[in-house]
Amino acid sequence: MSDYNFAYLDEQTKRMIRRAILKGIAIPGYQVPFASREMPMPYGWGTGGVQVTAACLTPEDTLKVIDQGADDTTNAVSIRKFFEKTAEIAVTEKTGDATVIQTRHRIPEEPLGEGQILVYQVPIPEPLRFLEPRETETRKMHALEEYGLMHVKLYEDIARHGHIATSYAYPVKVEGRYVMDPSPIPKFDNPKMDMAAIQLFGAGREQRIYAVPPYTKVVSLDFEDHPFDPSKADHPCDLCGAEHTYLDEVIIDDDGGRMFVCSDTDYCAGRQAKGHRGRLSPTEEAAQ
Amino acid sequence: MYVAVKGGERAIDNAHAWLAEERRGDPSVAELSVAQIREQLALAVNRVMTEGSLYDPDLAALAIKQARGDLIEAIFLIRAYRTTLPRIGHSRPVETETMLCDRRISATFKDVPGGQVLGPTFDYTHRLLDFKLAADGEAMAAQMAAPRLESTPHVTEFLNKEGLIQTEDRSEDTPPDLTREPMELPANRALRLQALARGDEGFVLSMAYSTQRGYGNSHAFVGELRIGKVAVELDIPELGFAIEIGEVELTECETVNKFAGSKIEPPQFTRGYGLTFGQTERKAISMALVDRALRSKELGVEMSNSPAHDEEFVLYHCDNIQATGFLEHIKLPHYVDFQSEMELVRKMRAEIFAAQHKEAAE
Repeated sequence: MSDYNFAYLDEQTKRMIRRAILKGIAIPGYQVPFASREMPMPYGWGTGGVQVTAACLTPEDTLKVIDQGADDTTNAVSIRKFFEKTAEIAVTEKTGDATVIQTRHRIPEEPLGEGQILVYQVPIPEPLRFLEPRETETRKMHALEEYGLMHVKLYEDIARHGHIATSYAYPVKVEGRYVMDPSPIPKFDNPKMDMAAIQLFGAGREQRIYAVPPYTKVVSLDFEDHPFDPSKADHPCDLCGAEHTYLDEVIIDDDGGRMFVCSDTDYCAGRQAKGHRGRLSPTEEAAQ
Repeated sequence: MYVAVKGGERAIDNAHAWLAEERRGDPSVAELSVAQIREQLALAVNRVMTEGSLYDPDLAALAIKQARGDLIEAIFLIRAYRTTLPRIGHSRPVETETMLCDRRISATFKDVPGGQVLGPTFDYTHRLLDFKLAADGEAMAAQMAAPRLESTPHVTEFLNKEGLIQTEDRSEDTPPDLTREPMELPANRALRLQALARGDEGFVLSMAYSTQRGYGNSHAFVGELRIGKVAVELDIPELGFAIEIGEVELTECETVNKFAGSKIEPPQFTRGYGLTFGQTERKAISMALVDRALRSKELGVEMSNSPAHDEEFVLYHCDNIQATGFLEHIKLPHYVDFQSEMELVRKMRAEIFAAQHKEAAE
């Protein structure tokens, strides 16, 4: 498609975004303001992630897009199509084959390696936002490393519920300095953020970019007597039998019968291809 | 048996085809042309141009047609198009004093130099449905007056000469551009006015209304409201002078607000300002009231914690494209997060039931 520049954005805009990304990598976990553009998809649909991906892509890249862990959710399909059309790059569903992965709400199960970039779509980049609605205040709190409010909130959760009542977008501390919102991934994914790949976070509407460089220490906030618990549904996957993956709960009949399946569709398919079977897997004959 | 849904792509294509069909409506009814929308739904076109920040009546009309009359969707189409356009340069500030006014009224004086001109307004129409329009009634031709050739002075200038209203300092600074730089707070007035001009008409209207009802108190008089065309001039470096590149229709509203002052400083009225594309006077008046409310700190008048006086609250929430995007995105799949929430609630409930059970047993 020749009507638009490679990956839609003009080169000046991409340069501006790359500068913000580099600054983000230099100061892990710090939210860098950037002049987010109005994209041809709505705010809330991943405009921040799309701009970061556009700024990272080269013609040699292979792109994977997931939403809720799946490649075939409507918005993942739509974003993948957008880059196929505007950048004519190769796309894949295989985590290992991708050089750039744009995601919403999940980190792939397969460990990512050096040379890969994981781009997160971020709705509210500010981890302190629901404790303090004013941006002018929260920026000051980060500058002064004033995170007492967050610890009080976590403590109050424990006092009231017996648990830290946050199950996704669970706050982390990056390299001992900035408290960061990992985007609304389930807390199950938090430990994976110590990884070899580059992690970039784009919040379009809120005009912020932040980053976690490879091999950076990412610690989920907790207390000694209430350690962080990356929980998941207490079942194996009903299709591939995996016991170590994050699961979706699917209601399958009118009586509330349900099954649990891997949220990462590529990972589940890969396991099934290797012969792993779950409780509700089709029998060998039926599969053939 | 659960089968992983494959077919998101086909579902999207089908949805788009259905949408196109619904947009057209009953094919036995004649299709609406872009020119018809531009000419006959001009106030909708004006709103789309104002909040889309792009003066192009034809494109705005096209956007309204494509958006099936959903004006926020049309504004979004214009914004997404606008952001791809190269910047050729900055125009000179337009001189609204030289505006060829179709409408020009002042509520603060019975008559003013240049006269009160009602223009094409709904103000004194009786809101009775006109069934002749349903029967394709032709409009009566309006009488024509001779156009006023000399410029029309601003009403607030008469007050300024007497020192009765606070003077606005001129500035040669290039105003910040909200669409090219991230918004930083505190914002200067140019940036605030820019955000308000692009802001949602309904939001700005309600904020303005709240100041009138007592959430803040900056009682406003419409010093002047004028609507008409002004020339847009661009400096051409190669030529060394400015040339007129076209004209735009604008609505300008200046309010005269509650006075400020003390024993030492003599009391003076204060000002609010609104400027919008086309005939969009509800928006321009609302904008002027909210502009004035947001100036309370710099003018050192009525401190108030009400929403309309809160710069961060107003500027971060007035943009309807941002607001509608974030609001509507909650219809996208969120089942991964919901699942994690469900696990946590189940776990906490199980612990409470276990504790109750143990208590009952003891």
